[in-house]
Amino acid sequence: MTMPFMRPPKKNPILRTRVPTLPPWTRSRVALGLTAAAAVGRFELQSCDDCGTVQYPPRESCHQCLSIALRWSPESGEGQLLSETRLHHSNDLFFRERLPWRLGLVQLASGPTLMVHLHGDVPAAPCAVRVGARLDRAGQAVLIAFPAEETPHMADDPQLREMTCDPRHRKVLVTDGKTAVGQALVRALAKAGADLVWVGEAEPWKKSPGLDALSDLPCVTRVPLDLTDERSVLQLAGELGGKVDILVNNAEVHRPFGISARRGTEAARAEMDVNYFGLLRLAQGFGPAMRARGADGQAGATAWVNLLSVYALSNFPPHGTYSASKAAALSAAQCLRAEMRAGGIRVVNVFPGPIDDEWNQTLPPPKLSAEGVASAIVRALRDGVEDVFPGDVAQEWFERWRESPKTLERELAQGGT
Amino acid sequence: MSRRDYHGIVVTTPVTVPYVRYSTHGPHRFLAQALDSLLQGSGLAKEAIDGLTVSSFSLAPDTAVGMTQHLGVSPRWLDHIPMGGASGVVALRRAARAVQSGDADVVACLAGDTNRVDSFRLMLGSFSQFAQDATYPYGSGGPNAMFAFITAHYMREFGATREDFGKLCVAQRANALRFPHAMFRKPLTLDEYLGARVIADPIHLFDCVMPCAGADAFLVMTEDRARAAGIPYARVLGAIERHNAFADDPIMFRGGWLLDRDDLYAQTGVGPDAMDFVQTYDDYPVIVMIQLEDLGFCEKGEAAAFVRRHTFTHDGSFPSNTSGGQLSAGQAGASGGFLGMVEAIRQLTGAAGERAVTDARFGLVSGFGMVTYDRCLCTGAVVLGAA
Ligand SMILES: [Zn+2]
Repeated sequence: MTMPFMRPPKKNPILRTRVPTLPPWTRSRVALGLTAAAAVGRFELQSCDDCGTVQYPPRESCHQCLSIALRWSPESGEGQLLSETRLHHSNDLFFRERLPWRLGLVQLASGPTLMVHLHGDVPAAPCAVRVGARLDRAGQAVLIAFPAEETPHMADDPQLREMTCDPRHRKVLVTDGKTAVGQALVRALAKAGADLVWVGEAEPWKKSPGLDALSDLPCVTRVPLDLTDERSVLQLAGELGGKVDILVNNAEVHRPFGISARRGTEAARAEMDVNYFGLLRLAQGFGPAMRARGADGQAGATAWVNLLSVYALSNFPPHGTYSASKAAALSAAQCLRAEMRAGGIRVVNVFPGPIDDEWNQTLPPPKLSAEGVASAIVRALRDGVEDVFPGDVAQEWFERWRESPKTLERELAQGGT
Repeated sequence: MSRRDYHGIVVTTPVTVPYVRYSTHGPHRFLAQALDSLLQGSGLAKEAIDGLTVSSFSLAPDTAVGMTQHLGVSPRWLDHIPMGGASGVVALRRAARAVQSGDADVVACLAGDTNRVDSFRLMLGSFSQFAQDATYPYGSGGPNAMFAFITAHYMREFGATREDFGKLCVAQRANALRFPHAMFRKPLTLDEYLGARVIADPIHLFDCVMPCAGADAFLVMTEDRARAAGIPYARVLGAIERHNAFADDPIMFRGGWLLDRDDLYAQTGVGPDAMDFVQTYDDYPVIVMIQLEDLGFCEKGEAAAFVRRHTFTHDGSFPSNTSGGQLSAGQAGASGGFLGMVEAIRQLTGAAGERAVTDARFGLVSGFGMVTYDRCLCTGAVVLGAA
């Protein structure tokens, strides 16, 4: 039975902070298919178009019929635990620091045998299990076997926690508390058990009733933060930089314009200044300290969340400049992800479809509620997912984009449908 | 179809370059010492060696090709045999056919590896694409984790106990005390075996081999040539190999020997009962049990009972791994696949000293190598006979 994860003792400031180490990162190119699926929360294995064989480890051809028509296909993960071990010795620093470590050998109902990390609640072999793919601290996909039925505190398994970014007993910075999404996020994080939520507030002299209402939550602290102002960012980073475990950058400027209908670049600049340069300023202020704290105790720094937009994938002309700023932010976030990897910090990119706010007023439903975005972000942190597409519109755009970016571009040029 | 026999082919001149725990030298040095020992032991000139096989993990980026220039030899026949624990059996098979067909007259079969302080760890992650993608990221325990699965499953399925594995390890240690090159020269008791620290449950310390540096080698030639040169020899009576057998078994509990053992004993002309000793591949004791079953010494699942019936010491019943096996002699990389072969040649040529099996006429050597993912892929076995 998993023990519930309790608040870790206060850190002794005299003790040295453990330097982050990562599990082995190298994979063959063909094996990265597993990572590509796990990054969006899916478990997929290679299956053969010609003979239907499901195979693992990934190969360049079907080991049964030699076809090269292999497709990454959804896998239920149902299987049988054949054998297990508990490692008390490892040749790798990351695991040495975390021994003992439970491993299993599972045969999937679909055929292949998998070596897996083994959740602590899985009973002794042989037994039924459910295998899932997760990103490990290095950001690469690994397989983990769960008990066939849910168990209490399942998310608190210490091995699973090395693959997820659960907000419980962590300290979170939400960069903008003045938006509906920001306020929903603070509530969702408090409910998820965050110890402390700092809520950024630009221009604090301007009243924000929604933000005032959050003040009843005991874990909430309002902090001045203006992403357009480098000094403001650096000042807050100086105060909180060494404490933030999860940073959620939800600040954004959104003006519903295309490019040629208006004169001047002022609105576009305002979008870029927050949506793109704001991310850069934050990354320079908070990135290094978070990266250094990636292995700081049981609830150290773990994730950086960027609220992007599904328009970052392909420009939606009625929101043309906003789309462009989000595309720039996506590109910067990919760079940030590569840079944060050394600390084992997961960069989570959130790509919502239209949110039901004033800037999307003219768009028809379905639109996402602020609460919907917030709960998708908390879920992504708990599941350790890297790219999140909350809502039906975002899901559909994502599928269309995966299928053919050019087709989607033409469809969006015609109004999106 | 009956496979062609190895009539008229012999193995000679078993040599061991003494193992050391660590070395800063390259594997080339150990391989060169092995060849030098072969020449000294056989009295042959370097020029007489016209065939060469090389097995080594740490030789990369070199292969057998580069070794010819390192060694200053110009063989008319060359093979690189990267098959780990099956290297000895496979090298012998390749060399025997080369000599039998006339492609070479005298083949030197070399295996050796160095062991730098960090080299085992560095090798694990790059051992195979499957290891890199599908086992190394899972705890980086090396083959220990996979053999822990296989051992735990075997124990559950067939009722073998840690005491059974311990009995094999203790017997092999007793044999090693009479092998001057063994790394472990202290007796091992069953209590010490059982009380050793756990590595990957149910694998404990004395179930694991100790990586070290060293080399082993032997020569393959015709019986006529050996006799003419006055070189003591053992006859090659039969030999098999098999790769990636039983690929559909979800977890390993049997090996390729099972598919080919009838061929082996048919070539040999005698069955398993005639063997005076057996050298199994012992990277973990469970694998010894699987070999005892698959090579026909007992039925599947009955190796534990078989172990309880025998002593496995060189002077007892069912002499096995008479130089201590890798568990006591150490594992010098690919040399581990040669250890049983050179020991068998010693036993059959009267060179086994105080661990000699009395009146040994037939001996079996088994090989098992290369865990690229969830099982060893290469299996093989050879039966040798005294001259
Ligand atoms: Zn196929």
